[in-house]
Amino acid sequence: MTTFPESVSKSQRSSGINWRSLILPIAVILVVLFCLAPVLWQLLTSVKVNQDISAVPSVYFPRRFTLEHYQQLFARRPFWNYLLNSFFVAAASTLLALGLGAPAAYALARLRLQGERVILAGVLIVTLFPPILLFLGLLRVVQVLSLGDNYLALVLPYAAINLPLTILVMRSFFEQLPRDLEDSAKVDGYNTVGTLLNIVLPLTLPALATTGILAFITAWNEFIFALTFITRESMKTVPVAASQLGGASIFEIPYGPIAAATVLGTLPLVLLVLFFQRQIIQGLTSGAVKG
Amino acid sequence: MTKDIIVQRERRVGWLLVLPALLLLLGVFAYPIGQAFWQSLFNQNLGTQLTSEFTGLSNYARMTQDGRFWQTMWNTSVFTFFSVFFEFLLGLGVALVLNQSFRGRGIVRTVAILPWALPTALIALAWTWIFNDQYGIVNDILLRLGLIQTGINWLGNPTLAMGAVIFADVWKTTPFISILLLAGLQSISEDLYEAHRIDGASPWQSFRQITLPLLMPQIVIALLFRFAQAFGIFDLIAVMTGGGPGGATETVSLYIYSTVMRYLDFGYGAALVVVTFVLLILVVAIAAFFLNRSRAKARGVN
Repeated sequence: MTTFPESVSKSQRSSGINWRSLILPIAVILVVLFCLAPVLWQLLTSVKVNQDISAVPSVYFPRRFTLEHYQQLFARRPFWNYLLNSFFVAAASTLLALGLGAPAAYALARLRLQGERVILAGVLIVTLFPPILLFLGLLRVVQVLSLGDNYLALVLPYAAINLPLTILVMRSFFEQLPRDLEDSAKVDGYNTVGTLLNIVLPLTLPALATTGILAFITAWNEFIFALTFITRESMKTVPVAASQLGGASIFEIPYGPIAAATVLGTLPLVLLVLFFQRQIIQGLTSGAVKG
Repeated sequence: MTKDIIVQRERRVGWLLVLPALLLLLGVFAYPIGQAFWQSLFNQNLGTQLTSEFTGLSNYARMTQDGRFWQTMWNTSVFTFFSVFFEFLLGLGVALVLNQSFRGRGIVRTVAILPWALPTALIALAWTWIFNDQYGIVNDILLRLGLIQTGINWLGNPTLAMGAVIFADVWKTTPFISILLLAGLQSISEDLYEAHRIDGASPWQSFRQITLPLLMPQIVIALLFRFAQAFGIFDLIAVMTGGGPGGATETVSLYIYSTVMRYLDFGYGAALVVVTFVLLILVVAIAAFFLNRSRAKARGVN
């Protein structure tokens, strides 16, 4: 299709019509439209007045704008709570995943453990398990430990879900780290843990940030555990709370507030993507391809 | 002698470092799966007043007679096949576009990973609105183009509803495939194309003879990940259609969820988990076999 290298188009340019110089911009525009349109439509809906939202034919360029739907969200629902809950659960589980995963990755990269291959294979397979396979067993754990409506019921599974990626990405990072550093640290009298904390950790911060961002995104987006283990309204996370927004009756669906909720719930992630695009791509590819 | 002691101490520290992560992984992944195997041998539902009664393999026997189970298996297969198929084609196309050099490529790449990063449940709300039968933009565009005369009830028609959730899933996860394939494309040396062209190959020939074989490991990995995720799809469908209309979009995971949470039939729910798990592992094993082969081949070409 469009894989042929630069120089082809240059030679084609002399031979009349250059299809490639037309196809590429069109393809780029299509990609951008495809990716942005649904999000932008939801953003537009969220600031339209009710009359325009339910207008037939649809209003594409509204004359009136309103923040009423956003105000409703905060007035009728504990929406700040939802946002804070999501943020807290995602942040705590990310820190836990990094705190447990990074040392494990170091050990798997550097210290000759028996059973290393088995552990790595297990970690890899586990990344393919959909959460629906786990929720029944976890429900039992949550009941036995009476963790229902407790953030731990989300933080621990989310950390576990993010552990495989953390271990794989960090392990490949540690393997690229020059061994001399640690050897000279040992000569200086550091033990393994001391070497880790004082020499390796500072060098590791960029890789930790990369995996941390991915872990945060995964945790923020999780649905089924949040739906099952948290039932108290004030403790719900954004995805679950937004999906349960309803009107007074089935016939009265609050399109405006729903759109506003999706905008607010996706905004933090849009910002993350804007600022950390490079890290996200790097983390995703090294996490998946190393497997 | 001293070296042995050092190695031993290293190992002990190593295990201490691995153990916390390992315990959490075992607790969250291994325990629930093992528990499901065990629980699937018992009857525990409203009929037994939620106490466990050992019934052997009767839950599995019941599954063979359960039309709804087979229906959801079929729905899951249809959803998985079509969404992964279209995601792959689109994802490959997007990756090829993003691999070209053009102005503003950085921004386009950022835009192109956006759908992947956004919460599925919220995106499902956006798509529900887009496919709305009265005010939805899809109907509006089709009406304006004169392709239809009255609005279509997308999420209320069995076939169209399946199409709609597949479309939404394709939108959401195409970026994942294109990111992985783009990384693969970038690792293919330009020299190979150069040499191939000097030999008189057309762009289509070099795509088939160089790009595809060298990209095969990434393709298999991307498809494997996407297969597993699509097979266990829950949030997108739960929010968009709730499995409806009339169970037309109910996938296995939605069936498992309502078996456990609505009908409180824990034993049968566990059996459903076990069967889904075994199917998944089977496919993974087959894919791993192909991955090893394609990797060996790709190495051969390099």
